Amino acid sequence: MNKFGYSLSPASVINLDNADKIKFKELIDLEPDVLKCMACGSCVSSCSAVNFTNSSLRSAILSLQNGLPEKAYEYLKGCMLCGKCTMICPRGINTRRLIISIFQTYNFKK
Amino acid sequence: MIYEGKKKIWKDYQKEIPDDHYFYVRSCIRQTLFPASEKTFLDITRNKLHKDFFETEHHTTCGGIAYHSDVIPQETVMTIIARQFALMKKYGYENYVCSCITSFGLYTETLETWHEFPQLQEKTAENLWKSCKLEFTKPKYLAHSSDIIYKFRNLIAEQAKYKLINQYTGEPLKVVEHIGCHYSKMFPSKGFGGAEYPYVLAGMIEAWGGEVVDYPERRHCCGFGFRQYLVKANRGYSISNTHKKFESMEPFKPDMIITNCPGCPYFLDRWQYAIAEMEGKTYGENGHGIPVFTYEEVAGLVMGYNPWDLGLQNHQIGTEILLDKIGIPYDPNMKYKGLNNKDLGIPEFPSCIK
Repeated sequence: MNKFGYSLSPASVINLDNADKIKFKELIDLEPDVLKCMACGSCVSSCSAVNFTNSSLRSAILSLQNGLPEKAYEYLKGCMLCGKCTMICPRGINTRRLIISIFQTYNFKK
Repeated sequence: MIYEGKKKIWKDYQKEIPDDHYFYVRSCIRQTLFPASEKTFLDITRNKLHKDFFETEHHTTCGGIAYHSDVIPQETVMTIIARQFALMKKYGYENYVCSCITSFGLYTETLETWHEFPQLQEKTAENLWKSCKLEFTKPKYLAHSSDIIYKFRNLIAEQAKYKLINQYTGEPLKVVEHIGCHYSKMFPSKGFGGAEYPYVLAGMIEAWGGEVVDYPERRHCCGFGFRQYLVKANRGYSISNTHKKFESMEPFKPDMIITNCPGCPYFLDRWQYAIAEMEGKTYGENGHGIPVFTYEEVAGLVMGYNPWDLGLQNHQIGTEILLDKIGIPYDPNMKYKGLNNKDLGIPEFPSCIK
């Protein structure tokens, strides 16, 4: 707030030109199934951790595509690797292995 | 998008504009915000292009601001508009031209509503007769005044004294064109070039020697949005919209902005000051802002009108930097002098923007 009585909100603009594409390419090489995700959200709806953490594989993949790995980490750090999402994924992605690969590629700390 | 693709889209969205005899209605806010624009429009069309433009002091607001702020219902707006059409009929005109984009959108919306629901037109006729004892007919052609300047843009270019060219570099000026949302976003077929790539201002810029800047947020709202500005608590939405547009156009280093709406030039002009105050950021060269103009002001400038007669001293962002680039002469001592050298008073200057 300032002397005007209102303030600027940051725009939700994602500049893909500034995104780090190298890491995402490494992830695709390691786990090509990441490209199969259609962001349906079945993984989130079956997630055991979602009730008490911010877990969302769907949002994490979108964040990585948009070059925002810090945001992706926030969505994945609550994952318990139980593997329920693997059973429900309609595209047959081995989501459990994908999450482990994301942690390895981006050097996320568990 | 490549230019050829745009040309194809522009070809699909063309409308007929009559050559002469127009009934002209003014905007309720433009005369306060940009006082010489409508005067310049009438002077150019009547005295330079020799067209018949009739206006009457009996016309009123279209009710657009109250309608879009949820203060009056659509039935009231339709009756106000029917009264304007009744005046047009009374003075023997068929071609209706309005100066305001919100009015243009509202007239289009009303005509489409009457087309889809004829019983509402009958009801409006009844309301008008009960309240004013007037009868109306729908206009044969409806146009916005920027459509008229667009139609005669080449005639204006023939009479032009200056071009939108940087005299120091010889390059065309980089111009951002901003179209009011109500021009063609609601009814794309009613605007030149449609909604996605409107051509009405781009055509003027090209005809007068400039180069259109194509930036990502080109079609984004200026930030007025009626309720977003009129309710003070919501003004953060308004200025954030404008900020997003400026951040998007900044890398293209535009020399000027042209608009065809009453609200857009005001907000793009004044919010530059507010953004500079809040963030210390300016979008023009060397601490200046980007000058913002109405299309009438730009038509007047290229035709050689005195910049101070066009009301450029009323802008928040100084326009001298652009006048120097084009090579238009002006007397700095006359900037704040009115009719017959009357002293208009010098405003307080902001410290954060030149």
